[in-house]
Amino acid sequence: MPNSELSQGRIGWQRRTGRARLAIWFAWLVGVLFIVQCWDIMNAETIWDFVWDAPQQAGDLLGRMWPPRWSVLNRLWGPLWDTINMATLGTLLGIVLGAPVAFLAARTTTPSLLIARPIALLIIVSSRSINALIWALLLVTILGPGVLAGIIAIALRSIGFVGKLLYEALEETDASQIEAITATGATRGQRLIFGFLPQIMPVFAGISVYRWDINIRESTVLGLVGAGGIGLQLNASVSRLAWPEVTVMFAAILVTVIVSEYVSAKVRAHII
Amino acid sequence: MNGWAPAPLIANPWARWGFYSGAALYLMLALGSVQVNWARLAEGLKRGGSFVGAFAHPDFVSRAAEISEGFIESLTMTVVATAVGVVLAIPVGIGAARNLAPLPIYGFCRALIALSRTFPEIIIAILLVKMFGFGPLAGMLTLAFATIGFMAKLLAEDLEDIDEAQVEAIRASGASAAQVLVYAVQPQVMARFVGLSIYRLDINFRESAVIGIVGAGGIGATLNTSFDRYEFDTTAAILLLIIGIVMAAEYGSGIIRKRLQ
Repeated sequence: MPNSELSQGRIGWQRRTGRARLAIWFAWLVGVLFIVQCWDIMNAETIWDFVWDAPQQAGDLLGRMWPPRWSVLNRLWGPLWDTINMATLGTLLGIVLGAPVAFLAARTTTPSLLIARPIALLIIVSSRSINALIWALLLVTILGPGVLAGIIAIALRSIGFVGKLLYEALEETDASQIEAITATGATRGQRLIFGFLPQIMPVFAGISVYRWDINIRESTVLGLVGAGGIGLQLNASVSRLAWPEVTVMFAAILVTVIVSEYVSAKVRAHII
Repeated sequence: MNGWAPAPLIANPWARWGFYSGAALYLMLALGSVQVNWARLAEGLKRGGSFVGAFAHPDFVSRAAEISEGFIESLTMTVVATAVGVVLAIPVGIGAARNLAPLPIYGFCRALIALSRTFPEIIIAILLVKMFGFGPLAGMLTLAFATIGFMAKLLAEDLEDIDEAQVEAIRASGASAAQVLVYAVQPQVMARFVGLSIYRLDINFRESAVIGIVGAGGIGATLNTSFDRYEFDTTAAILLLIIGIVMAAEYGSGIIRKRLQ
């Protein structure tokens, strides 16, 4: 806390009173004790011998990962295509399902504040709290391994994201334009198409591309639980301890993620 | 009569129709390459029904010990990882602000941020589990590493946007570099930084439910086991608890962040 001591031990300007400083000091103490306590509980079963030899393990791992086995790239093109498809088709499905939810959730467009809005908000929060990997885990158990489970997992996770950002945009629309459309005698549907849609279209396109970019990153790892794509190959190589192959896959994932991020940034800069 | 239509999103007709036909072509190719095993799907739908049914009667009791252990691991992991990550993100963030750091340090910190943000958490978790052994410590380190990238990037952006006049005023009073940081820079970015830390706490909890799948501790491991055993009632209970905690955390952090502003 800002306080300063002048020469000869006189106290200069202080921002807070003595009591306030004591309270803040106490809050810090409690906070730090809490974190230390959490650390203790967390490490109750940690085997420290495994932790102390981590530098050796890291060196060993790096030694095994280098040089990369680039020939593996030849069988990565198919999985990469699958990965991109999972992200793209999943995003599309997520948008198709998420947009109506957003219209139900926004105060400005919802048909009923008491019934439809809470249900829509519940759908949004459930979809947002559960990671795509968990959805994939679930769907692989139900539908069997494959790209389809990945697509649906990505879609389920995207509903909440698209729904939340879109309903916030819908609530921030300019009311005077809606009023003008209503004054011409427009029906409910016409009001949506001519009043709301033109106002949210740029935001909507931006959200979709942004989510697509996130989904590319997530779909690279969905294969770890059996949902197809490059993650499946990664999982196989990790289980076979084929580290030179893992290096190549990391590089492929890195390049894919960077390219998708670049594309998404370009498109969004163009739209907005 | 019907001469008017709303302006399309892509103004240039060539670009517009080019985009539409390209999208249609891609969709055909992509959908064509999705292989669906209809027999397996039909069989799965029945199992899907029983899973959805499980949400009607989630089973919190029969695996209560495993569930509570998993959640305690996840929550402690989240708290420690957020604290460690946020503390480490401060120097990295300052180093990644072009107006405060010299070029070599700037380059190093930016590279670290890019590395942390590009790889999905679960891949970092695989590597750290290999190095540190199974358990929540590897998970904590994964989350802390991801937190550094996230917080440092946002902190650096805030630092680059600060009001230089205040920095100049403090410097004119004869303050050292450290005093400039404390009295001129810190007050300008602190409120948002605390708000973002709380937001990151939310994210870390959500992620902690996932990295257990590769052996990094937490509720993810419990969840994975319940899937493997087809104990959908327990799975439903865990998922409901995750949703509940995330909702509570989001609600709480919303209140705190509103009060900070």
